[in-house]
Amino acid sequence: MPILALQNVSKSFGQLKVTQDVSFEVPEGQALGIIGPNGAGKSTLFNLITGNLMSDAGSISFEGRDVTRVPAMQRCFAGIGRSFQIPQPFANLTVFENLLVAAMHGRNASQKAVEQACAEIVEQTELMSVANNAASGLSLLQRKRLEMARALATDPKLLLLDEIAGGLTDAECVALIDTIKSVHARGVTIIWIEHVLHALTSVVERLLVLDFGKVIGIGAPDEIMNRQDVREIYLGIDV
Amino acid sequence: MHTHTPSTPYFVTTQTRASQITMMLAVALIAVLIILPFFAGRVLIQDMFFILTMLVLAQFWNLLAGYGGMVSIGQQAFVGMGAYAMFGGVILAGIDPIPAILLGGLASLIVAVPTAFFAFRLQGPYFAIGTWVIAEVMRLVMAQVKALGGGTGTSLPRSATREMWATEWIAELFDVRNSAARDILTYWLALALAVATIIAIYALLRSKPGLALSAVRDNPEAAKSVGVDAGRMKWFVFLTSAFGTGLAGALIYVQKARISPDAAFSVTDWTAYVLFIVIIGGIGTIEGPIIGVIIFFLLQSLLADYGSWYLFTLGIIGIVVMLFAPRGLWGLITEKTGIQLFPIRRRLSGGPLDTSKY
Repeated sequence: MPILALQNVSKSFGQLKVTQDVSFEVPEGQALGIIGPNGAGKSTLFNLITGNLMSDAGSISFEGRDVTRVPAMQRCFAGIGRSFQIPQPFANLTVFENLLVAAMHGRNASQKAVEQACAEIVEQTELMSVANNAASGLSLLQRKRLEMARALATDPKLLLLDEIAGGLTDAECVALIDTIKSVHARGVTIIWIEHVLHALTSVVERLLVLDFGKVIGIGAPDEIMNRQDVREIYLGIDV
Repeated sequence: MHTHTPSTPYFVTTQTRASQITMMLAVALIAVLIILPFFAGRVLIQDMFFILTMLVLAQFWNLLAGYGGMVSIGQQAFVGMGAYAMFGGVILAGIDPIPAILLGGLASLIVAVPTAFFAFRLQGPYFAIGTWVIAEVMRLVMAQVKALGGGTGTSLPRSATREMWATEWIAELFDVRNSAARDILTYWLALALAVATIIAIYALLRSKPGLALSAVRDNPEAAKSVGVDAGRMKWFVFLTSAFGTGLAGALIYVQKARISPDAAFSVTDWTAYVLFIVIIGGIGTIEGPIIGVIIFFLLQSLLADYGSWYLFTLGIIGIVVMLFAPRGLWGLITEKTGIQLFPIRRRLSGGPLDTSKY
């Protein structure tokens, strides 16, 4: 049984169809990459999966359960964790408190029960030096790390990463990939939207291409990247 | 990536040295305030009553706006409803004014439910204006209730104030007249309410829902994504704030013993001043309203004889503080000194944090 399945999911904002008839499945434990030009509807697709937006048509199921109408909060309880493309930290809380609130509420546990786990995630995501600093003062890399750390704090089965490597230097990117790989190695299913292709392909086993809200291809990364239509749409290469 | 195993376990602390000293000083201060009527005159007791009740209103508005992110300018609705419910209990049901204060809190809690139902459909400035409109509607409705004096208002019956709980005992103890005894009683109740309010809000902020509240204020969408029930937090804060404001409103009008719709639902007295107190003191802190109410009282005493210049000056000071010290006076103090009297930060310690590396 796939951990996540979308069937004919559509979403419009007024006249603009941002998600059109999207169907795909993600087997448990897999890492799926999503690529597509800006405005292809990638982040909207994430918002539909997490429940931050509700779809107009189609169905979404998680672990075999229909979650199409389930609100974001309950999808988090079910095991869907996410990062935001533009980091959305709780600015007045410290890094550690950002994780605490996510762990306590996402896992419905007491502070005592999650303190150690949060501290370990802070360590794993290399945020220990700023653990007690307010999130408002973090650098871009630290904010991206915090996005991932906070999602991990909810102990997700499915982790959605939205352009987590965008805007980072190569060295920063390498460190982030290491962290993502180790999360994936623990068996967490990952869906990762990314423009930084080398980062993406070093982790994911499958690629999905989105254009104008439609899935135009899904398959092994090599196979997808060699397709002429993908190269034209995505890389703007005339072949 | 670290593969480091911590040599010492991690632990989390919230207390600071300053907070432990604060607690000791606070206990001493409360003790002094309890025995204050033994050596203070009636005017000081009345001033202290004013300060303490304004502090309660400020703490609840701060909970709502500073922690809950809901900038209401309609809190006078709950002061007024609390006060009128107390009057109703005394005049219509013959209840003693002191237990009738509880009725005030309950009434405000009840009217807060439909208020929230409508106001929560509005965002930002629309929410603020919406709450104000609802408060105006309540004022107009209360002005129609003839049994409670209609538009001109009414007074507590002499019999009710004369025989009010504990006043006789206080009058004997202090050897004062009945009216002075009533001031001492309401002062003690205001002190108890202020202390209970601060303790309750502080306990809330240190609890699991308290952390969720800060998360919702900072980013509601992200809060939902990590499993926080943002809607429930808003309801909880709005209703709690209404209940506390209703209690304070009822208590204020036990002391005043006279009510009218214009006074009880005054946007200036119960919201504008309260906003001023919280903003100059420091929004989103427990310390802020405490400092704010002291400054407000001093300004009011200094400028009492200057009529409209008083409001003008308050406005100017409010604007200057918002422009140059948006986190208020307490914000300036913490920035310079790092002192927190009521710390809520959960600091991570132990593990590699104890080594020189960090």
